[in-house]
Amino acid sequence: MAIEIILSDFFQRALAGGLLIGITAPLIGIFLVLRRLSMIGDTLAHVTIAGVALGFLINLYPLGAGLVFAVLASFAIEKLRKAYKSYAELSIAIIMSGGVALASLFFTLGMGYNTDVMSYLFGSIYTLDTQDLYVVGAVTLVVVVVITLFFKEFFLLSFEEDAASVSGLPVRMMNMLITVLTALVISTAIKIVGALLVSALLTIPVAISLLIARSFKSSVILSVVISEIAVVGGLVIAGVWNLAPGATIVLLLIALLILTMAGKKGLST
Amino acid sequence: MFTPMIDDCHQPIIETENISFSYRDQKVINDLNFTVKERDFVGIIGSNGAGKTTLLRMIVGLLPSGQGSIRLFGQPIRRFKDWERVGYVPQKNSFNPLFPATVREVVLSGLYNNKNLFRRVNRHMQQQCDDALEVMRIQDIAGKRIGELSGGQQQRAFLARALINNPDLLILDEPTVGIDAETQAGFFELITHMHRHHHMTLLMVSHDMDMIEGYLGEKPKQKNGKIEFFVRHSHEIQDCEVQDLQHSLS
Repeated sequence: MAIEIILSDFFQRALAGGLLIGITAPLIGIFLVLRRLSMIGDTLAHVTIAGVALGFLINLYPLGAGLVFAVLASFAIEKLRKAYKSYAELSIAIIMSGGVALASLFFTLGMGYNTDVMSYLFGSIYTLDTQDLYVVGAVTLVVVVVITLFFKEFFLLSFEEDAASVSGLPVRMMNMLITVLTALVISTAIKIVGALLVSALLTIPVAISLLIARSFKSSVILSVVISEIAVVGGLVIAGVWNLAPGATIVLLLIALLILTMAGKKGLST
Repeated sequence: MFTPMIDDCHQPIIETENISFSYRDQKVINDLNFTVKERDFVGIIGSNGAGKTTLLRMIVGLLPSGQGSIRLFGQPIRRFKDWERVGYVPQKNSFNPLFPATVREVVLSGLYNNKNLFRRVNRHMQQQCDDALEVMRIQDIAGKRIGELSGGQQQRAFLARALINNPDLLILDEPTVGIDAETQAGFFELITHMHRHHHMTLLMVSHDMDMIEGYLGEKPKQKNGKIEFFVRHSHEIQDCEVQDLQHSLS
């Protein structure tokens, strides 16, 4: 029975989508965490939901509409961040509440589709169709190519933005690039784990790797490996025991985090 | 009076023209005109809030220069592209101490400039990194996380990063803050050695009056607001024809 589920088409599609998000989420997450922007994930996820809701309302491809909303919101965050320089979190809070307000407005305008929108709030990896998979695949390709191209520059930008600037690097363009990539990753990841949990996929693998890794390179590799373990493990557990996959993936990540912390403490005492 | 050859020996490296900077209503830098010439060692002294760091940040283009203008190596700063000629060591607290980066990764990042964009880290760059680590005598801690090091070791790592390009201009912002006296003395020795024996122009903000006066003399060459500039050239103007090698032997 369990084997049948795992071999079924929908599960295979879920696995493929999950593995792709498992690469992109920590890959972009590491730059967000190190730059103290962990909360941006949550914000963009809420705004994406507003886009998805609008998509259902006016009959557009919901993931596409969500993606456009997330990118627009990421520009707005950058803009607000400049207006309130010493209050970086303020821009995130404003955009987040704006996103929730818009989403609930669209909800009430289109009462009939509540269950569909729910699937984006809590994730519905099993309903991933071929079109979704193509979108996730394209986003993964873009993220991996851009990060490979600018890996060393993004490292310096995260380590010391001033140094990047004095080296003559196009800092503003690179900041914008990271924000847009974040929007792309989040809007595609919400189909997998849901908007409410998307932050976990961006931050927890990175949090674990920061406990173990010495170098930047190893923390990037480690966070991707950890996230893939959680995605595959979480999906299999969810498939076998018929649980919500978003929840099992995130809880598995938290369990890994606790184990790592305990193991580190055990080693140091 | 000077022959052109002698003039060549003293190219202006940094020129500021009427630059000003205010924090709210308080003017910290007021119409500053200042020139740093090749192989000068310039020490900048001033109380807290005098605008020393502000001035350095303007010179490296991190802050706008307002109405005035700044030229680096003869070029207006907006059009300046040769950033590999400038080594910049910012204040110590400018990075996150928990950042997962090894000393090697930090030193190597000195090469991540506009000229190396889209270029992979190659063997030549690794060699440059090895050399910089060796010069600063930190090759044995190259694999350690930057946050695990002592203040003095961190400062050596950041200096190695600034030196990896073999820059013509080295800018240091309070490089010895939070470092014990002995390490400070060693660090200063290193910097003055580079000034005397290498083809390098230095600009350093410091709070250590004794150190500055000891090497640069007791009289500031220029003042602006609460900022004082102490200057020492690495050789006499008349000695311009003396070649670099002879410099290092003297």
